Amino acid sequence: MARLFSMIGSRLVIAVPYLWLLVFFLVPFFIVFKISLSQTAIAMPPYLPVFGLEEGVSGFVRNLRDLSFENYLWLFEDALYVNAYLSSLVIAAVSTLLTLLVGYPIAYGMARAPAALRPLLLMLVILPFWTSFLIRVYAWIGILKPEGLLNQFLAFLGIIDQPLVILNTTSAVYIGIVYSYLPFMVLPLYAALEKMDYSLIEAAQDLGCPPLTAFWKITFPLSLPGVVAGCMLVFIPAVGEFVIPDLLGGSRTLMIGKTLWDEFFFNRDWPVSSAVAVVLLLILVVPIAYFQRAQARAREEES
Amino acid sequence: MAGTWGRFNVVALALGFAFLYLPIVLLVIYSFNESRLVTVWAGFSTKWYVAMLNNRGLMDAAWVTARVAFLSATVATVLGTMAAVALTRYTRFRGRLLFSGIVFAPLVMPEVITGLSLLLLFVAINFDRGFATVTIAHITFSMCFVAVVVQSRLITFDRSLEEAALDLGATPVKAFFQVTLPVILPAVIAGWMLAFTLSLDDLVIASFTSGPGATTLPMKIYSQVRLGVTPEINAVSTVLIAIVTVGVVVASLANKRQDVLRQREAAE
Repeated sequence: MARLFSMIGSRLVIAVPYLWLLVFFLVPFFIVFKISLSQTAIAMPPYLPVFGLEEGVSGFVRNLRDLSFENYLWLFEDALYVNAYLSSLVIAAVSTLLTLLVGYPIAYGMARAPAALRPLLLMLVILPFWTSFLIRVYAWIGILKPEGLLNQFLAFLGIIDQPLVILNTTSAVYIGIVYSYLPFMVLPLYAALEKMDYSLIEAAQDLGCPPLTAFWKITFPLSLPGVVAGCMLVFIPAVGEFVIPDLLGGSRTLMIGKTLWDEFFFNRDWPVSSAVAVVLLLILVVPIAYFQRAQARAREEES
Repeated sequence: MAGTWGRFNVVALALGFAFLYLPIVLLVIYSFNESRLVTVWAGFSTKWYVAMLNNRGLMDAAWVTARVAFLSATVATVLGTMAAVALTRYTRFRGRLLFSGIVFAPLVMPEVITGLSLLLLFVAINFDRGFATVTIAHITFSMCFVAVVVQSRLITFDRSLEEAALDLGATPVKAFFQVTLPVILPAVIAGWMLAFTLSLDDLVIASFTSGPGATTLPMKIYSQVRLGVTPEINAVSTVLIAIVTVGVVVASLANKRQDVLRQREAAE
């Protein structure tokens, strides 16, 4: 009897979260794909055909014939979408690199800090990650505005006499992404650097290796798993980012997350926004799969 | 010399933390500004906090958000913990690869995709959009974060304790609640808090999946920010930052205290 219960119990532990994610995470992707093949219509829901049970098998077949790849052709014909994809990838790649450059010294400083201080430093890095993303992006509007705090400060120092235009440019998007995603970069870097055996550096230096060469030949390669994990955690979500380009980038910054949003909320074109989402997903499938493999490997090593 | 904390490291940390905290500090300072202009200091005032409390739409949205966050975090913690147990304890079952895939994918999935796909699901099954759909959406992505947090604790957990309980005749369910759960509890609580703040914070997925009467606080803040920056939003932000900061600090202190107690017990 107890065995029976335990068997049912173990099945449930797997089945309940599995089913939940199948229904609310995996199945929706198939619906997105299906609607990306539909046409816009002035109706609710605003697309055709709608598959209903009442039409029977013949209706189902007729509806299937109405599906087409037209929306995808549209995406590749209109330069707007192609440019939005490309500029998202470029912006995400550049900001990932910038985040790495900003995050690495922080993670390194943390890893070399006195052991007693490290938990506090770790908490200080994690704390902003807990506070609202939207609020943190919003905070930058007041700083970057033409009459904002940064320009006031620079004018006060006498560095500039004309206010710098930063808000509503791509530079503001870079600042926003680096700022918002910095904890995602620092944490895996710190985890990799903390485990490192620093006597290796000492050995290299004793043998006459200059510090910078020692860094490139020893520290950096050993921290590579952290670098890869951090870059993936920044790059993948940044490609589809909406809030940052919308609030800081202005109308001139083209990013696909914002294009999808506008297509959905302003043009109410559900089929085209679905097609935009499917193509975005196809672009991200490779880095996501790579990220998952790296994660799985790290976990196996840990256990 | 080993263990010296070079000047470079101190400077890197100081600059890094200044970059992380300065925007938040400025935001908080200007929430107490007398002037309507957020960038010109005109004296100390708490009038924007009064304005915030009198803003009916904002307060309604805050109440919706609090309920969604509490409910979704609680369900997500149960589901996420189950997923973590399934992934660490059952190394072989049919569809495990797919399962681990759909547990980790939402962590990096762009929010616009998750939001759009859930909305289309709700429309396809004719489910009225509102409080329930936002809650379901939040459970779905935050349970994956809970699963990751709990799983990392389960991996380091000494399985022999659980096996000993089973050998002594405890049922697996009893062994889980009396042996495993107390040990992984800090991670479960951290997972709940993470799920709560993720829900509190979410703009994109809520915008897609919510309906009339279920405007969440981030949606309200976003629509006001689009109209222009006002100190009232700074005041709301300051309150939210204060809540989260107190929560995180208290939790980490409680955690530390527990560790100390455990060490003392072990020493005795």
